[in-house]
Amino acid sequence: MTLLDNSPANPEDRWLLRLYVAGQTPKALHAFANLTKICEEHLQGNYEIEVVDLLLNPTLAKDDQILALPTLVRKLPEPIKKIIGDLSNTERVLVGLDIKPLRQKNQRESDHD
Amino acid sequence: MQNLLKTPTGIKGLDEITDGGLPQGRPTLICGGTGCGKTLLAMEFLVRGATQFNEPGVFMSFEEKSDELTKNFASLGFDLNELIDQNLLTIDHVHLDPSEIEETGEYDLEGLLIRLGFGIDSIDAKRVVLDTIEALFSGFSNEAILRAELRRLFRFLKDKGVTAIITGEQGESTFTRYGLEEYVADCVLFLNHTVYQQIATRRMRIVKYRGSAHGTNEYPFLIDQQGFSVMPISSLGLDHPASNERIPTGVTRLDTMLGGMGYFRGSSILISGTAGTGKSSLAAHFINAACARGERCLYFAFEESQNQIIRNMHSIGINLGQWVEQDLLQFQNARATLYGLEMHLVVMHNAIDQFNPNCVVIDPISNLIATASESEVKSMMSRMIDYLKMKQITALCTDLSLISGNPERGEINISSLMDTWLLLQILEARGERNRGLYILKSRGMAHSNQVREFILSDDGIQLRDVYIGLSGVLTGSSRDNQEAKDLAEALDCQQQIEMRQRDIERKKLAIEAQILALNTQFEAEKDDLIRLISKEKQRSDTLLLDMIAMGKLKQADAPPPSHLKNNELGASK
Repeated sequence: MTLLDNSPANPEDRWLLRLYVAGQTPKALHAFANLTKICEEHLQGNYEIEVVDLLLNPTLAKDDQILALPTLVRKLPEPIKKIIGDLSNTERVLVGLDIKPLRQKNQRESDHD
Repeated sequence: MQNLLKTPTGIKGLDEITDGGLPQGRPTLICGGTGCGKTLLAMEFLVRGATQFNEPGVFMSFEEKSDELTKNFASLGFDLNELIDQNLLTIDHVHLDPSEIEETGEYDLEGLLIRLGFGIDSIDAKRVVLDTIEALFSGFSNEAILRAELRRLFRFLKDKGVTAIITGEQGESTFTRYGLEEYVADCVLFLNHTVYQQIATRRMRIVKYRGSAHGTNEYPFLIDQQGFSVMPISSLGLDHPASNERIPTGVTRLDTMLGGMGYFRGSSILISGTAGTGKSSLAAHFINAACARGERCLYFAFEESQNQIIRNMHSIGINLGQWVEQDLLQFQNARATLYGLEMHLVVMHNAIDQFNPNCVVIDPISNLIATASESEVKSMMSRMIDYLKMKQITALCTDLSLISGNPERGEINISSLMDTWLLLQILEARGERNRGLYILKSRGMAHSNQVREFILSDDGIQLRDVYIGLSGVLTGSSRDNQEAKDLAEALDCQQQIEMRQRDIERKKLAIEAQILALNTQFEAEKDDLIRLISKEKQRSDTLLLDMIAMGKLKQADAPPPSHLKNNELGASK
């Protein structure tokens, strides 16, 4: 399990994301790269990414109801959301993670400037 | 050449129709409509594998949660939790909700494979069930990926060497909605559930089974408290043994009519007759006799309850209750309309397997017939009869024929399957109805062609000769009348003879008296004659003596003359 802690400024708005992969497959690496890119762009350090390798922890596949790989699970904020695939479609990842409002908020903030 | 290895399912009948079980180490597809028993069959495969063959199994459910499954199967007597505790079973519920999942870009189903692989490895499973994997199609939208991944999944299962069951929902024109049969090419079982005349019947068919012989018919199956059972009929044919042993019918006169010894053991007997002709009573006699010999009997009653039958048979002096207490007789009572014919036969099949009887009574078979079409009935009945013959069980079936119509037509022509056919008929004449019994056929034995009057008395059934005379066949009181009349006539005749005999006797006496009188007269006359003769002799003797005396007196020197001389002398004098 790899932790990528980007020290949340506000614990209320903290994002906890978990990425399930099975070994270092191209799809997994791709997904991780895409995810960090999106998070950097839209969550501005207020996030935490946990990478779970199911080859090392196969029981988690059952416990967390994982079928497809790679799967990204938004653990926080609730409710839990799941996104599958290599996260190459940024627009859909944002919709899936429900990040839009944040970006809109950012946009609104920039409008005020 | 190595034969295909098979994994026995342990499910009653299924191993017989598949000739040993499912292909080992390969996936088998079970498809069918909703509620036809796919999940049950799959789960029973695992449970029996775990309990009977010590083969642990993984159940991956895409529909029901594990606690739901546990509850559902508890009603069938399967304790899944216990098996889980013993590491003989793993239930993995796969939760799929398309609304929770967003798809972005490329993915695969490695997660599913890891889960499955972990499940298999953790308990060293030999059997796997995926129920029903088609749920994936509603969970994921990229069908191209899905199909590629399914192919990988099945390859994975084969590599693991597990015997797998995949269930699939029936499609419009295909076996499964998403064409799973395309991936699972080794063995496909199709379950269906048809309703005919409001009665539902479950059936199973082996659509294909690569590399193995298998039955091709639709086999009825049953889901009951013991789980799944398929009627194993593929193995039956016309090669059952034929016993020469004869068993009494329970009615002495009927034994006499059947060549003096009764039915053949293991034969099938049909008793036809209209309502109230005593079919059940005849059946009761048969089982009463069988139980008295210590044989086991199974009585399938579709019209009366056990207590009712026992009470009714008491009225003709048969105590069936005692055999029930001694566990020699068992009743199976069910309304015929409870389920379809096939189902009945499966139920009967199971009951026979459990009780292991020597004799079986089906009373009446015609009720079963009403629940299915004619051709079905014939095929099912012949299977049943073949099965009974195979086990050398003597089967006695009663058949209620309609009042109108020709009783010999034989309901649904099952009569051709029967070895012995008795017909009970009402003989109606002069305002009363009497029962008559005929033997329409009895294969392999000489039998009476006569009608007998069939009388139900306090001491059971009695067969009596009917009156066959100038005025036709008479039964009942007409027969009694006729017999009384005959008796009177005979008495009359007898009296006349006796009178004539007395006359003769008298005549004889009279004649004898006459003879005596004549004899007496004759004797008297004879005596007279004798007296006369002796008198004459005396007179002549006296005369001679007188002459001699006279000669002496005359000093005659001539010797005394002969009789003739005497006479001459006398004459010359």
